[in-house]
Order: sequence, then structure tokens, then C-alpha cells
Amino acid sequence: MLVELGHFALMLALLVALLQGVLPLLATLGEGRLTWIPLDLRSGWLHLARSCTFVQWALVGFAFLVLEWAFLHNDFSVAYVVEHSNSLLPAPYQFAALWGGHEGSLLLWVFLLGFWSSAVAFFSRSLPLTMVARVLAVMGLISFGFLCFILTTSDPFVRVFPPAMEGHDLNPLLQDPGLVIHPPMLYMGYVGMSVAFAFAIAALLAGRLDAAWARWSRPWTVIAWTFLSLGIGLGSWWAYYELGWGGWWFWDPVENASLMPWLVGTALIHSLMVTEKRGTFKAWTVLLAIAAFSLSLLGTFLVRSGVLTSVHAFASDPARGIFILVFLALVVGSSLTLFAWRAPQVAEGGWVNLVSRETFLLVNSILMCVATLAVLLGTLYPLVIDALGAGKLSVGPPYFNLVFGPIMVPLVFIMVPGSLLRWREAKIKDILPSLVFPGLGACVVSGGLCWAMGHASFGVLAGFWLGAWVALAGVQQMVLRLKRPGRIGGSFWGMQLAHLGLAILVMGVTGVRSFEVERDVRMGVGDEVQIADYTFRLLGLQDVKGPNYEAVRARVQVLKNGQQIKLMLPEKRHYYSSAMPMTEAAIDSGFLQDLYVSLGDALPGNTPQWSLRVYYKPFVPWMWAGVLVMVLGGFLAALDRRYRVKPSAASAEDDVSPHVAHA
Amino acid sequence: MTKRQKKFMLIAVGLALLACVTALVLNAFQSNLVFFFTPTQVFAGEAPKARAFRIGGMVKTGTLVQVGMTHAFVVTDNEREVSVSFTGLLPDLFKEGRGVVAQGELDASGHFVASQVLAKHDENYMPPEAQHAMDAAALRRASQTLKP
Repeated sequence: MLVELGHFALMLALLVALLQGVLPLLATLGEGRLTWIPLDLRSGWLHLARSCTFVQWALVGFAFLVLEWAFLHNDFSVAYVVEHSNSLLPAPYQFAALWGGHEGSLLLWVFLLGFWSSAVAFFSRSLPLTMVARVLAVMGLISFGFLCFILTTSDPFVRVFPPAMEGHDLNPLLQDPGLVIHPPMLYMGYVGMSVAFAFAIAALLAGRLDAAWARWSRPWTVIAWTFLSLGIGLGSWWAYYELGWGGWWFWDPVENASLMPWLVGTALIHSLMVTEKRGTFKAWTVLLAIAAFSLSLLGTFLVRSGVLTSVHAFASDPARGIFILVFLALVVGSSLTLFAWRAPQVAEGGWVNLVSRETFLLVNSILMCVATLAVLLGTLYPLVIDALGAGKLSVGPPYFNLVFGPIMVPLVFIMVPGSLLRWREAKIKDILPSLVFPGLGACVVSGGLCWAMGHASFGVLAGFWLGAWVALAGVQQMVLRLKRPGRIGGSFWGMQLAHLGLAILVMGVTGVRSFEVERDVRMGVGDEVQIADYTFRLLGLQDVKGPNYEAVRARVQVLKNGQQIKLMLPEKRHYYSSAMPMTEAAIDSGFLQDLYVSLGDALPGNTPQWSLRVYYKPFVPWMWAGVLVMVLGGFLAALDRRYRVKPSAASAEDDVSPHVAHA
Repeated sequence: MTKRQKKFMLIAVGLALLACVTALVLNAFQSNLVFFFTPTQVFAGEAPKARAFRIGGMVKTGTLVQVGMTHAFVVTDNEREVSVSFTGLLPDLFKEGRGVVAQGELDASGHFVASQVLAKHDENYMPPEAQHAMDAAALRRASQTLKP
């Protein structure tokens, strides 16, 4: 019964979303139109936007809770629960199993969209009502599209009769704390981009692209970007420790699908800053907002439609793929049409000087778009060729590495002068003194790191140098700023931390790529293998039992200079519900490096032997740390006080020296 | 410089940069396309020599031999076969009688030396390339038996 109520709530939510999407837009159509509708009725429609948003979120939230209830109570009369859960599954995974499949993850998508819309409705008291109404209406229309999708092709509330005795269980790969948090975080980012999109469309509809619009969009976009960063980082971390072979980024289409909105989103938050501060780049900013959300949708399409087969693709129902494709075409087509129609009238911007912060930011946002296009080409080309029946091919990781690296080099390099230069008009020679410390310091740091690792090449030195260059420049700016009096806004710290995080990430990636040692070995009990300064000795194997699996666990002793420093316990698991074995790697994380051991198969032969992967992975913890620092920076920037005070008051306290950047 | 000259210079620099990047991207793209061939196509000599490509099909039952860390097995589309060797740890999902996709190069004797055996995430999952190879071969057989 409850399940039917949940289903019914979704249908009601569809109606409410339609009201939310249509009526407020009609009411804002402007003077002289729809005069046959009484004025007070139309102004009522404006107010309807907020209440519809809350009601819709409540309805979707109710459906969401009902489905969770079905999971936690092992209601195997619901087909979706049968397919993705099992009574032996530990409760946190039963909870997370809701987004372990296609239907549930779409429900999560809409639920989060409701959350973002409600947050906009709640925190927008200081915005003009027509603006709020337009923004919420656009989000209502998006929600309407997705609810249609769920109800017509991907209903999670379908019953089976007779009820199943037991569920099929969640894919063992997904039974992991990573799964509990990775999809919600990533979706928060994807869906959050809809806010920036809705603001951009609303501004186009209003025919006014001004500083106020950019100011309103900025905190929302930064928060969405932050969640997206966190989601991508968590996904990478999950792949690293769960897939059992130590890779953390494969240039898999699924990963690319999340990287593209991130790149464009990064360009967007910087471009929004220019639009707010200087009133230029308006059209470019709007285009980026449209692109970021469209790429989020494309990501959803690629990952969920079954076009790509991976742990993320759940079903290949052509109806679903076509629906999302049509939806994507509608969103992109209509927003670009609106853009083409309105942008020339509303986006007159001033000319900017060649040497100014604006120009550097523009160059970087173009570089990020170029990188996005390169990734898009490599991701979509095989799909297009396949769809045309012209053969099967794939684009290898070397392509992405070859292209992405060289684009990132100038981008990271000009982050430093870009954040030092003045707005409007600047002189390179003014900032030269500030470049001495990071430039020379980076030489010392990169040389030192290479010396410590005992190996150097041009690529490694360049990677470390760039990371240190950005990091040291950031430290220098922070120290200088602290010495000066005055309140320092969250956006200053946010920008510095985000840049610092990127610097640490760049150094981490450089380090892993250059110094990692991977050895696949066969070992009997008592055998040793030497990697870098470490000796790995296989002490023995034992059988262990988990709640819903059995495993073989190896005990591997790690020695350095003859001393045991660690006992590592990699496992090979056999889940009862699944025929495939699962590799659980053992990872020992230090400040500088990870040691990584995963257990392969028993090898045939007279004496029992096992195959093992034994990896030495320096700088891996730096990558995770870099992402975390970046995320922290994002939150700090979004929470800056000036976004929460009235625009007039805020511009008065807008500070100070042009040398202090607003992230 | 006048404003106009500046503008012109900026556009020129921008275009030059864009051209460089495009060249870089397309060049890398060209040389990193990995094409897919079925065992039948490999037998017919359609696959490139001295360039990496992918093959897919079924791991023929009873052909997996392991010496040290090197695995040798036969990939078939039920029509033609290719012998494959791979050094390293096979993914969890690798099994005789299951679909497989491997990336590598042909050596002089027509033996496929795999650098990578692709791991996928689901036991019921058939790599689309492998499925394609099986389907193509089945289709050819069907059309041959239909011929008068």
C-alpha cells in the first residue's frame, strides 16, 4: 500500500512540477500580454513558484522515503528492491542500494533537484520575485522532464507477483562505503549546475544580464562545483581501492562524463567572477552556464542509458536512451535558441585590455573549454562511429594523456600571474617582483622532490615545478594578506585553498605517474619481493567469513631495513549471491606514498603459489589531499559573508586592493 | 599600439594558439585510435601489423595454459581462432567460455600478444565487442547455409 502511495506521490509531483514550470513563466511574460487574465491572478502565479517548489520536493521526498522503507524492510514484492537488494545485505548498503540501479538513481536525481530548487526558493528572499519565479520555473520544467522519464520508462515502484523470496543482491563492487556517498555527491554537483543554468535562462528571459545576476549565481555555482569535485574525487578513490588494480583514472567515458561538466563549471565560476566585477564576458558566461548543465545532462545520458557498459550502466532499454537524448536535444536546442535570440541585445560588454586579470581569466576559461572539447571528441567519437555502423573502435588513454597534459601546462602556469594582476589595466612589470619567490622556490621544491625520489626527467620536473609555483604563490599571497589589517573574506581563503588544492593535486598526479612501481608476481608462502625500499613477504593464507561472503585472506608482511613496518591483509572474496570473485586490495597510506597489495588467483603447480599485485604508489595521498583542500576552498568561497548581505551593503564592503583576489 | 591593432593582435594570437591546439589534438587522436577486429577479420589479414588493436570473442574452453605469470589462451568467434598470450594478472571476470576483449599487437607468427585484458564489472556482462564478433560470425554462417 505504502509503495502505491509513493508511486502516486510521484505522479502528483509531476503535475506540481508542470504548474511550477508553466504558470510563473506565463505570469512573467511581460506587459501587454495575456491581458485577459486578471492581474491579481497573474501575480498569484508568481507566488505559486515558491510554494510549488516546496510541495514538489515534499512529494518527491515522500516517494524517496517510501522506496528507502521498502529497501530497509526487504519488501521483495517491489521489482527494483528484488533486483538490487538482499536480506543479508548490511543495512547501510541496503540504504545505499536505492541508488545502486537505474530507476533509483534517477529518483535520487529528481530528489536532489527538488532540494536545490527548494534551497533557491528559501534563500532568495532578497531577489526580485519575477527573477525567482523564472528561475524556479526553469527548474520545474527540468524536474517535469525527469519525472516524465521516471514514470514512463523507469518506474521504481513496479511490483512483482508473486513476491520474490529473496533479492538478487547488490553488485558486490558496489558494496562499499564509497558507493554510499559517491553518487549523492556527484549528483549534487550535476544537479547543482541546473541552478546556474536556470539563473542564466532566467536572465536571458528577462533580457538583463547584469552584475546582480552574476552575484546571485556565483555562490550556487561554487557549491555545485564543490560537490562535483568531491563526487569525482570519491569516484576516483573508490576505483583505486575497490577495483583492485591500483588505477585511479582510466579516461573511461563514464569518468569523462563527470570531468567535462567539472571543467566547464570551473571556467564558469571564474567567468561569473569577471561578469560580476567588471560587467564583461556576459555572453560567454551564459554560454558556459548552458554548457555546464548540458554536459551534466550528457553525463547522465552517457552513464545511465546503457550506451556505455560499465558498473554505472544498468540497463540498455532503448526507450530510455531515446528519451534522454530527446530531452537533451530539447534543453540544449531551446536554450541555445534563446541565447542566440537574446544575447546580442543583452550582452554588450566593454573591451578589455590585453594585460589585465580579465584577459588571463578569459584565456584560462578558453583553455578549459578546449580541454573539454578534446575530451568530448575522444568520448563521443567511438559512440558516433558505432551508431553509424562504421566499425568499432576505442580511443585509448594515451590520447587523453597526450592532449590533456599540454593544455593543462599553460593553464596552471598563468593561474599565478592571473591572480596577481589588477583588474582592468595592469602592467606585467608590476607583478614581476611577486613572481620571484614562487618561481625560484618552485625550482628548489621540484629539484628537491626529484632528488628525494632519486630520479628526474623533464616531465617530472615540470609537473612538480608547476604545482609548487601555484602553491608557493598562494602561500605568499596569504602571508601578505594576513599582514595587512582588515577582515579577510571567505572568498579570499576559498580561492587560495582551491588553487592550493589544485597545486597539490598536480604534484600528486605528477608523482604517481612518474614514480609508481607495479609488479605482478607469483609467490609461495615465505617468498619475498623487493620494491623500492620495501620488502614484501607472504606469510600465509587463511579463510575468513563475512556477513554475505567468504574470502581467502593473505597475510603480507612489509619490511623496511629488515624491520616489519606493516602487516597487510588483501582478500579475494566470493559473495554468496554472485559467481564472480572480488578483489579487496590492502592499502597502506603514508604521508608520501601508498603501498598496495592485491591478491590474484591460486596458481597450479606442485607447491601452492599465488599471484599477487604488489604496487609502490608514491604521492597518491597527495591527490586525495589536493581534492579535499580544493573542496574545502569551494565551501569557504560559497559561504562568504558578502553573498548573504544585501547587494548595496555588499558593494560597500567590497574590498580593498586589486592585489587581493575574489575567488 | 592603437586599440584596433591590439584587438587584431589578440585575435591573431588566439587563432594561432587554436590552430596549434587543434593540430596537437587531431594528431594525438589519429595515432591513438584503437580499432576492433574479430578473429575472422584477423584471420583474413585485415588487422594491422605493428599497431595495437583490440580483438574480442569467447575464451575457448580448455585452452587456458599458465606458465609463471604468462597466460596463453585462444579467442574464438566460433569460426576462426586467434591464440593470445598475456603476462600479468587476469581480471576477476576472466573465465574460459566467457566473452573477452584484449588489446595488443600481432607478432610475426600471427600470435596476438595482449598488453591488456579488459576488466568489466558484471558477471552477466558480455563485452559489446565480443558480442559483436560472435554475432557477426553467426550471421555469416546463417547466410552461408541459406545459400543454394
